[in-house]
Amino acid sequence: MECQECQQRPATFHFTQVINGDKKEVHVCEECAMEKGYMTSPEEGYSLHNLLAGLFNFDSAIMESKQSNAYKQENELKCSHCEMTLSQFKQLGKFGCAACYDTFSGRLDPIFRRVHSGNTQHYGKIPKRQGGNLHTKKQLESYRTELQKLIGEENFEEAAKVRDQIRALEQENGNTEAGDNS
Amino acid sequence: MTLKRFMNEAISPWMREEGPDSDIVLSSRIRLARNFSSVSYPIFADRVKLTEIRDFFKEEYEHRSFQDYEDFAFISIQDLSDVEKRVLVEKHLISPHLSKNEGAAATIISKNEQVSIMINEEDHIRLQLYFPGFQLSKALEKAFQLDDWLEEKVNYAFDETRGYLTSCPTNVGTGMRASVMMHLPALAMTKQINRMIPAINQLGLVVRGIYGEGSEAQGNIFQISNQITLGKSEEDIIGDLQSVVNQLIEHERNARSHIMKQSSTKLEDRIYRSYGVLDYSRVIGSNEAAICLSNVRLGIDLGLIKNVSRNILNELMILTQPGFLQQYAKATLSADERDKLRATLIRERLQLENR
Repeated sequence: MECQECQQRPATFHFTQVINGDKKEVHVCEECAMEKGYMTSPEEGYSLHNLLAGLFNFDSAIMESKQSNAYKQENELKCSHCEMTLSQFKQLGKFGCAACYDTFSGRLDPIFRRVHSGNTQHYGKIPKRQGGNLHTKKQLESYRTELQKLIGEENFEEAAKVRDQIRALEQENGNTEAGDNS
Repeated sequence: MTLKRFMNEAISPWMREEGPDSDIVLSSRIRLARNFSSVSYPIFADRVKLTEIRDFFKEEYEHRSFQDYEDFAFISIQDLSDVEKRVLVEKHLISPHLSKNEGAAATIISKNEQVSIMINEEDHIRLQLYFPGFQLSKALEKAFQLDDWLEEKVNYAFDETRGYLTSCPTNVGTGMRASVMMHLPALAMTKQINRMIPAINQLGLVVRGIYGEGSEAQGNIFQISNQITLGKSEEDIIGDLQSVVNQLIEHERNARSHIMKQSSTKLEDRIYRSYGVLDYSRVIGSNEAAICLSNVRLGIDLGLIKNVSRNILNELMILTQPGFLQQYAKATLSADERDKLRATLIRERLQLENR
């Protein structure tokens, strides 16, 4: 098959292009593919950020097709701290500041799910000084899970020990968590 | 401590120690991305704010607070020449991204070059630590110590649900990138690596060339790192990585002994020819040098080449990069001149070792 652009060299790239829902088969040689912008040169590459931006735009493409006012309004969503807009965020594929996480929070779960194999919640390290209360909270959570497990296993002796640990930790923490356990 | 130290020696002091499984695993690295809670990220912050961050670290350094932790040097990126920047990148002490950030970018590097802190890279703070051989858990332990120590001084951008808040959504959560640099010549020769990469990718891990994103596997050196940073603890991420690396080590060892049994003459020929090229050539390009160095290193691992240490190859891998050659020559060199100097340096080093 010869290249549909130059009609001289053999076509080495074959792909389907979809523009506004119209499907078109493209058969071109490497030179024409570069020249006509069907693909980028290897130096430009296809970076992770192109890919990320693509993910965001995939969402907006669906929204855009609906042409709703809500979409336009949402796209003007702006971070009050760094003033990054949602459309800038989509274009860059990066956050402007920590507050952006709150500003765009409604849109983030699907993105995180795609990038992090379905995960949206942090399970790792917590900063010691800033996360003081959070440490206790996480510790209590894990004790409670353990308690349920031990009760399920009818291992009441061990369960009593864990219950005492929970009580001790709650008291130490000024009973702030006690309500949760009732 | 001056910048000179980092420039003169190709091999970092920590690389002189041999770690576990160092016939296959060259190094283990942990990188943590952290940010100041109230300042916009470097891509979006104004220069004044970023300069404040840089100066904060500079002051901490000048008040010797960093010295309480380890013997560090503070370097402003804008004070570096192009060649100096390149050398730091080739030694993996700073990232290519940081070297391009003029203005408020800086780095703090420990004397043994095991720890470096990049300031105003994509995130405000990027801590990285290297260990020789396969020592991910030890590297994580030390990274956490440094992180805890730094957290006393800096209010990190952290959220209960999302974890450490980073500029790029791919780093959010733990902010951790753990990676292992592996020499896998037998898996590459038998093309097994091509089949293994997609399987490794499915486990949320990435396989890349030696200089990270978008680079080729030069000299059969592959970097395996975690892709996912959210929803898994640091220990779990490292556990996954360790199990994959252990399997790769086992497969590489099997492939090596298989090739030795099946076609030892061919393999020996390949190794000794490469040794000959390194020992005799007058002009050599970086690609050919990397391939030959990989073959000679395999020869050492298999006990075929006895009078050259593994270290000299680690050193030559870095020394023969364009930035280092120019630093060595103290001049800007054309590609032809670099190929000539590369050949000379390799010949000299190999002969030194043979004495």
